[in-house]
Amino acid sequence: MHEFTLIRAETDEAAVSALTAHPDARLIAGGTNLVDLMKEGVETPTHLIDINGLGDLDRIEARADGSIMIGALSSNSSVAWNADIQSRFPMISDAILAGATTQLRNMATMGGNLLQKNRCFYYPDHNARCNKREPGSGCDAMDGVNRMCAVLGTSDQCIAAHPSDVCVALRALDAIVHVKGVEGHRAIEFADFHKLPGGTPHVEFDLAHNELITGIEVPGLPFAANSTYLKLRDRTSYAFALVSIAAALKLDGDTVDDVRLAVGSVGTVPWRSAGAEDAMRGAPATAATFSKAAEIFFEGAKPRAGNGFKIELAKRAIVRVMETLKEQAA
Amino acid sequence: MAASAHQLRIDLTVNGTVHGIDIDPRTTLLDLLRETLDLTGTKKGCNHGQCGACTVHVNGKRVLACLTLAALCDGADVRTIEGVGTPEKLHPLQDAFIAHDGFQCGYCTSGQIMSALAALEEPWGPDDAAIKEAMSGNICRCGAYPNIVAAVQEVRKSAEGGRNA
Ligand SMILES: Cc1cc2nc3c(=O)[nH]c(=O)nc-3n(C[C@H](O)[C@H](O)[C@H](O)COP(=O)(O)OP(=O)(O)OC[C@H]3O[C@@H](n4cnc5c(N)ncnc54)[C@H](O)[C@@H]3O)c2cc1C
Ligand code: SF4
Ligand code: FES
Ligand code: FES
Repeated sequence: MHEFTLIRAETDEAAVSALTAHPDARLIAGGTNLVDLMKEGVETPTHLIDINGLGDLDRIEARADGSIMIGALSSNSSVAWNADIQSRFPMISDAILAGATTQLRNMATMGGNLLQKNRCFYYPDHNARCNKREPGSGCDAMDGVNRMCAVLGTSDQCIAAHPSDVCVALRALDAIVHVKGVEGHRAIEFADFHKLPGGTPHVEFDLAHNELITGIEVPGLPFAANSTYLKLRDRTSYAFALVSIAAALKLDGDTVDDVRLAVGSVGTVPWRSAGAEDAMRGAPATAATFSKAAEIFFEGAKPRAGNGFKIELAKRAIVRVMETLKEQAA
Repeated sequence: MAASAHQLRIDLTVNGTVHGIDIDPRTTLLDLLRETLDLTGTKKGCNHGQCGACTVHVNGKRVLACLTLAALCDGADVRTIEGVGTPEKLHPLQDAFIAHDGFQCGYCTSGQIMSALAALEEPWGPDDAAIKEAMSGNICRCGAYPNIVAAVQEVRKSAEGGRNA
């Protein structure tokens, strides 16, 4: 591990100004991603700014309007087991509990989860070419081991899939990311927070170097009480997703009144399709409707040699999840 | 408040004993326990958060010592396998691991026990499936899984019996 200087931030402002003063500093929250990548020599910060002492950032506030504000330092465990999260947004709780393990979830924070790096095999491997780690070096996943990679939102520079589970749920729920910088507070729509790789795969977030995530707001959505998260992976627990589905469904009799659907591990960012949701709204809540939506969801998908199976797997998973939510709603 | 790379003093409590230690900020809690404090019961399996062999409790919660920087444990209360039972008086969970053959080589066992101790206090359900999920972060290369579940179940049931009695 490279040498670094530790700075303990006592206030949000101190964290932001330490970042501003040190262009190669990193904040450290749970450390589950950062410490790992520091051991791999992928992250080589000159300064580590410990934000665990920042007072109120670990609060989870359920508001009267149905929304919930999740402090950036809330642990993944505390969010997953929170009674208001479980009743208002079960898909968030399901998604978190489907990810990593209790030991990791106890350490991992929500802010860190949003910023976790992808799990492409070549990313931490200094002997491999990777445009994300080293811009312009190439992409060994393109014609290499790409079973875990994305089929949507890819570019000729990078095809890494976004690995987070909870971000899929937060995308489905149109969460808002609150950040603090030198200029003050800024709110970012979840859809804009994670960046498509395009020609700059190393630029991953709409977040400046010296901005601190303070919270994640989940707007009220009453029908999200009928929501769930399904994660399909190579073993039943403790593995990253092959595909995952976050969905919420509201019925009006036998008709789909409203719906949310996001799919994980198929896109370079957590993926949503307005066309697929529109195709379900107002249509009969039948398998035929759900599978038509699934077809629309994957229009334009670009599989590589190893990951084409994800498309069919995800389509079937979408239908299964929608059928489950339909039964739950009835 | 900045500290230079090679001198960082932390105070932490391990199994009830307070230690004031000068560390290199790069030290993980795992290396601090094993190399500096000579508490070698906590094991290093993967060193990357993937196996659970290094599971310890920090401020009452189970975490992975290999991904924890010791520098972030200033003021923390740490519990390791050495703080659970003694060879003369094992913890009931340790007795149960022996009774049910919950290990072969034993390398994963201290992590399994630290994990199970915490899991018994977490809101998991009572069935085997819930125990397996709660314990999924502890890999056992010897495949003692069914026996580990049996050991955890025995302690869970007797604790439940105790509460109901
Ligand atoms: C073995 C293993 C298995 C895993 N499995 C899964 C899984 O199945 N599903 C899943 O979703 N995830 C999984 N994860 C990833 C895990 O969820 C993330 O590592 C974790 O959420 C990161 O949070 P952290 O607080 O530890 O972040 P850190 O490691 O502390 O930080 C990560 C990054 O975020 C930055 N950062 C942290 N907080 C803030 C903030 N408030 N403002 C600005 N920047 C910030 C840091 O500077 C750093 O760059 C796994 C991890 C491991 C090690
Ligand atoms: S897919 Fe992205 S992360 Fe993987 S090697 Fe290519 S550039 Fe790197
Ligand atoms: S040694 Fe820490 S998880 Fe493997
Ligand atoms: S007993 Fe050998 S690894 Fe578990």
